[in-house]
Amino acid sequence: MSQEAVETVQPAVPLSQRAGRIVSRAGILIPFLIAFAILAIIAPPFLKTANLTNILDQQAGIIIVACAGTFVLIAGGIDLSIGAIYGLAAAVSLQVATQVSAPAGILAGLAVGLAVGIANGVIVTRFRINPLIGTLAMTFVVSGIAAIVTKGNLVVALDQADFQAFAATKILGITSGAWMMIAIAILAMILLSRTTFGRYVYATGGNTQAARLGGVRVNAIRVATFALSGTAAAMAGVLDASRVLSAQASSGQFLTFTVLTGIIVGGTSILGGEGTIGRTVLGCLFVALIANGFNLLGFDPFYQQVTLGVILLLAVGVDAWSRRFE
Amino acid sequence: MATEASDATRLEVRGLGKSFGATRALDEVSVAVGAGTVHALVGENGAGKSTLGKIIAGVFPQDQGDLVLRGTTVSFRSPREALTQGIALVAQEVALVPRLTAAENVFLGAEPRRAGFIERRTLRDRFDRLVADAGFDIKPGSIVGRLPLAQQQQVEILRALARDADLIVLDEPSASLSAKEVERLHEVVRGLRSRGHTVILVSHFLGEVLELSDVVTVLRDGRVVRTGPIADETEATLVTGMLGRPVGRAYPPKQMPLPEAPVVIAVEGLSAPGVTDVSLTLRAGEIVGLAGLVGAGRSELARAIYGATAMSAGQVLVRGASIGGQPASSIKAGVAMIPESRKDDGLILRRPIRENVSLTSLGRFQRFGFVRRGAERTEVRAALEQVDGTDLVDALAGSLSGGNQQKLLFARSLLIGPGVLLADEPTRGIDVGAKRDIYEVLVNLAASGLAILLISNEVEEILGLAHRVLVMRYGRLVAELAGPDMTEEAIVGAAFGTTTSSAA
Repeated sequence: MSQEAVETVQPAVPLSQRAGRIVSRAGILIPFLIAFAILAIIAPPFLKTANLTNILDQQAGIIIVACAGTFVLIAGGIDLSIGAIYGLAAAVSLQVATQVSAPAGILAGLAVGLAVGIANGVIVTRFRINPLIGTLAMTFVVSGIAAIVTKGNLVVALDQADFQAFAATKILGITSGAWMMIAIAILAMILLSRTTFGRYVYATGGNTQAARLGGVRVNAIRVATFALSGTAAAMAGVLDASRVLSAQASSGQFLTFTVLTGIIVGGTSILGGEGTIGRTVLGCLFVALIANGFNLLGFDPFYQQVTLGVILLLAVGVDAWSRRFE
Repeated sequence: MATEASDATRLEVRGLGKSFGATRALDEVSVAVGAGTVHALVGENGAGKSTLGKIIAGVFPQDQGDLVLRGTTVSFRSPREALTQGIALVAQEVALVPRLTAAENVFLGAEPRRAGFIERRTLRDRFDRLVADAGFDIKPGSIVGRLPLAQQQQVEILRALARDADLIVLDEPSASLSAKEVERLHEVVRGLRSRGHTVILVSHFLGEVLELSDVVTVLRDGRVVRTGPIADETEATLVTGMLGRPVGRAYPPKQMPLPEAPVVIAVEGLSAPGVTDVSLTLRAGEIVGLAGLVGAGRSELARAIYGATAMSAGQVLVRGASIGGQPASSIKAGVAMIPESRKDDGLILRRPIRENVSLTSLGRFQRFGFVRRGAERTEVRAALEQVDGTDLVDALAGSLSGGNQQKLLFARSLLIGPGVLLADEPTRGIDVGAKRDIYEVLVNLAASGLAILLISNEVEEILGLAHRVLVMRYGRLVAELAGPDMTEEAIVGAAFGTTTSSAA
């Protein structure tokens, strides 16, 4: 998952500096392994196949959104509207699936996400609105539309077996939703690290002005990252709607926070220009392990929120700290 | 020559060492700075002079060695701690709050207060006394952001004095000042010394060092070459000390382009922000110098030709065809630009060298949108070799020295197979040895048939490299000089608009 090792000559450097560099390289892997080991020891049900596949299932949507969100952050943006898009796409897909057909429902949900994503991109680039504010405003617009679409109700469609098959078909013991997550993560990894598009994403976020003078169409790149993010958020919404056969406009309200925590805990810089998909996946799984651990050990879920908030702060702090050593 | 520590020693460093990543910035550096002297630190970029100044001022800690003040060993964890020992740094980039007044900036964080309210009258009085003592001419109510850079620097010096600093480290203080402002700065430094303050002067400008300082320490590759009285030195001995060898001829020999060499690029009636109705042509193999004062519109012209800024009138023809006025279309037409600020406009410092060099020509290394890394690596290495650059293509661009970073931009330009190179201050902020390398690169590229527009603030550099010189003033081309007319007097005269040789 790491970028190729950098060849450097290493004379004696002070310990703090070496520690800084090791932390910034290995990043999330160490805390992830520690959390995994601790849970395996103190909470025996943790290692049960049912628990692990359950984690994978629940995280499928989150990881899909986080993979796309990684592109947005690396390109120097941020997308706060993913939770709202998730809710709208879930509601739209379920309703269309009920009224037309399952495939139509899936496509309609994805189309909604793509459209909002492109709108986000245009707002941020063409109208030069700060992405934090632009996508925050879009959050209200999109959740408002979702509430209108659902008339404020929980949409339920328990008889839609076709639609449910999309996310909940078991293949080799894992659901189709989890398989799609794995496939999308691998595709995102390839897209980011092996293609010219990926290069341009890093260049755009790393130094926008240099990228532009270097001939990169930075606005097009940024719109594309928002389009990816919107579509991925919709994909997550469709998957979860398919999994539980219900949808609610407000169902994505914690998604934005969870996804951004996963990305940032993984080591993608909020300043842009840095990050990898592998780290994002690990970051999301780390957050999931913490949550799972709280459940298994029977702690109050409210402490879980506090813990996640503290972890997010720590991650941002470590990022700032490790930057001092480069 | 050894400077022995005595009562008159304000500060001594012993066996100082400092590394940044893989770079050994300082190694076993020992220097004694006499009280009430101006002590200069000279050396090439990367020799460690700024690092030494910053460690003394507590900007970052040393890895090895001691700072000794009046017989006691101290170590600073922050500039604030250094300040408690009377040491302050005036950095190259001023660090003031632009929207506050001069007086507010000077006393920022140490305002005279009563019951939580700032006592404005006391603040003003103290400021006036301080300014009078220093012999400056700054009004307490001036908004700092509107002051010229030289005066902002003076505000920084006042801030140091207000906190009773008596050892002031000036890091490249004249780098961004005009000639007149430099004069003023020199008076300030002499004034500080005459009031018994100690000044450590980090400077690139040897003339300034010879004129101002009492003692000079020459650094090379992080080590002290020698410390001695300035009276024993000349510009030549300092350069020899810095380079470890005497400098040869500064510029490679000129190769004249063929008289029938074709025109590669023609700019016709171009107007853009800061540029008015400029027409010019460049022929293959020609280096054309673009001279003028700072703000005359040279960078603006280069950027407009390249398409980085929109032009309001005129056109740019490359081999007879109009180009699109966008960086991407200029690149396609074989026009490359090396921007003035490689950090802001050129490089992505936190990405590998390879990606930085291939950025503009990634299209050539792709198949179905995938980067062909083997081909990319081979060609990036080849391009870097042409400019005598590094071969560590996977290291981060930010890990290189200024001169080597500049070579990345040359290599990037080469990869597009350019016909025209717009080089905006390609030797800005790089050291003497690396400058010579860049000159070689420019001359070799011209010899291989490139048309080069060379913007430089150093008239000497233009005279040494260019076949022909264009001079800009107030956004317009005001003179074209070639052959025997290409003299420093003519260029400077045209730049100032005096057109006589008496211009200063």
